[in-house]
Amino acid sequence: MTSPDSDTQFRHDVREFLQKELPDELANRVRLHQSLKKHDYEYWHSRLNARGWLAPNWPEKFGGAEWNPLQRHIFEEECALAFAPRAVPFGVAMLGPVLQKFGSPAQQNYWLPRILSGEDWWCQGYSEPGAGSDLAALNTRADRRHTHYVVNGQKTWTTFGQHANMIFCLVRTDLSAKKQEGISFLLIDMNSPGVEVRPIRLIDKTVEVNEVWFNNVEVPVDNLVGEENKGWTYAKYLLTHERTNIAGVGFSRAGLDSVKRIAASVRDGKRPLLENPHFAARVAQVEIDLMAMSMTNLRLITNATAGQAPGLESSLLKIKGTQIKQEITDLARRAIGPMALPFESESIEGSNMGLPDPFDAGAVTAHYFNNRKLSIFGGSNEIQREIYSKGILRK
Amino acid sequence: MKPVFHMTEEQTMLSDMLSRLLSQPTEDPWRRFADQGVIGALFTEKHGGYAGSGSDLAVVFEQIGRAADTTPLIDCALLPGYLMAEAGYDLAPLINGEQHYAVAHTEAHAHYDLHGVETIFSNGTLNGEKSVVIGADSAQQILITARDGDNIAIYLVNADSPGIRYNHYELTHGGHGADLLLSQVPATPLAGNAIAALEKAWAAALVAQCADTLGAMEIASQMTRDYLMTREQFGRPLSSFQALAHRITDIMLAIEQARSAVLLAAAHLNNTPKERDKHGAACKNLMGRMGRLVAEECIQLHGGIGMTDEYALGNYGKRIIMADHRFGDTDYHLERFIAFTSESSSAMQP
Repeated sequence: MTSPDSDTQFRHDVREFLQKELPDELANRVRLHQSLKKHDYEYWHSRLNARGWLAPNWPEKFGGAEWNPLQRHIFEEECALAFAPRAVPFGVAMLGPVLQKFGSPAQQNYWLPRILSGEDWWCQGYSEPGAGSDLAALNTRADRRHTHYVVNGQKTWTTFGQHANMIFCLVRTDLSAKKQEGISFLLIDMNSPGVEVRPIRLIDKTVEVNEVWFNNVEVPVDNLVGEENKGWTYAKYLLTHERTNIAGVGFSRAGLDSVKRIAASVRDGKRPLLENPHFAARVAQVEIDLMAMSMTNLRLITNATAGQAPGLESSLLKIKGTQIKQEITDLARRAIGPMALPFESESIEGSNMGLPDPFDAGAVTAHYFNNRKLSIFGGSNEIQREIYSKGILRK
Repeated sequence: MKPVFHMTEEQTMLSDMLSRLLSQPTEDPWRRFADQGVIGALFTEKHGGYAGSGSDLAVVFEQIGRAADTTPLIDCALLPGYLMAEAGYDLAPLINGEQHYAVAHTEAHAHYDLHGVETIFSNGTLNGEKSVVIGADSAQQILITARDGDNIAIYLVNADSPGIRYNHYELTHGGHGADLLLSQVPATPLAGNAIAALEKAWAAALVAQCADTLGAMEIASQMTRDYLMTREQFGRPLSSFQALAHRITDIMLAIEQARSAVLLAAAHLNNTPKERDKHGAACKNLMGRMGRLVAEECIQLHGGIGMTDEYALGNYGKRIIMADHRFGDTDYHLERFIAFTSESSSAMQP
């Protein structure tokens, strides 16, 4: 069986890159779960792009690294362990593959380089107030008027909508067709008249998601991707790409290391908390699950490398991956005991500077609450169970 | 020590009064609690109150939890009242709302160890650091625990004493706390056995905290039930999806168990310290586990809306989870319960 260590030279190169390009100060803010600013993401985006590593999943002819899934896995793991900022996925990981597969040559030539250069910051216009798990129930409509569409409706849970200048949207272009059949995939300039972004504050007080409103927004017909009313097919294709790093093994390994470090410095009566048998058992169980999931992930990745498309298994990885990540955030808030009570907002950078943090743990309580989202977004874990069980039970 | 299944007539009146009171806004919640006799309800007649049993505390704090009220009744009334009563103080200024108190006991590096006090009393002054002192922002007097040689004692000091430096902050679930840096703070000890007083006060606070959590769990589950019945996806209400519907059953079962645990702990509050603390530990462990299940499942079943600050559910979720960080968490009380029950075979007796 292939192991990630078989690619030691590649791993070495990634580590060297991270050592050279990732500032300690930025990594430290990631480690402490502080909110990053737009320029932090832009900085990391530009470092990756300069090295040619921004788009691991893209073919070389479009400026991608064209890595195999195993290399991508190694890269993501090393980045997570080094506390690098996440590469914002909407342009590179989501829209890019759709344009490469379904976009016109003109669209590819125009939009793809702008994703790499950072000229465009993309966000995703999928969910609506009435269309969450039931995404195909979406109501935002686009009516064709000669050279442009007129878009009306509302999107929600739009991550980083406040930073984006472009949004790719699923819109309804045929009101008479069946649910999935009247949907189109449209690229919309956020600076168009009639677009309004309203922030949604989450329970940890952060603003990372938004409502995006469209009021008679004019969009050139050239911004339609592929064919009209075929958007659902493209959306499903996009989702398979969204799920390449769905298990998040690297993030969990980094999180578990942090928990152990914190629990070693907390004293529970006469011993370090890490030696408390009840706490140690919790940590050990997560670690055992993570070791197995890491192997599961590698097995599935290896299959994908051998040419098999990741299929239903990505639902399993999403479920287990988020369960493990959430369990780790739970361990972290447990570890700091009463010190979980002071409110550590991630929302304003540096706002927790004056807060007591005797264990150098960062905003672990806020992070625990924030990460409740993991089992809700990107297709809730209930939807993943539905997809998987349907797939194997209803042949 | 039979648990009370039904409220007395007086408790029903108290509960109804609180429910009404908490539904109305006020400028000065502390004054209102004092004037309406809510603080008095926390203490027995012997100490100047008029109720004060474990089940009375459960009645009061269940309503506080249901309303998600952030007035620090546990920290600034119940705890200081218990500690001062043990030392022979008159509780009248506390009960009538004239004096505001806070208790500075927690130290960051002690985790939940009640004996984990490293603040030192020597030569008539206190030196050390206290963490998460809830209600410190409005207190006129602060009860501070410190070590005098091998003994732990409780000291009453003026909140504006020179030598106390405050770092105020908000709490995750609402309200305010502070860390205190104590440097040469003049103090005199309270009379009596401080450890016994602390254990008694913590036992009462634990019942109050668990009843509060129970109230919050009830509201969270009601909101979730309503949401499942009204929110439609795929052309039908979420409640019609069996995979979701069954989970409300588990939530309601958790709440029934939680209510029983609170009743048991409340009934044993005046039992021997050992029986009191065994039931307290059982209750807090169970509340930690059931609370997490209810908070996380209610948010999950709501989906994105449950993650928003604007919607009240998130605040209840935070209240429930943060309760696990007060007066010992799930694991702390599990270990304690094991210690109590491994000594004898009486664990199953109600």
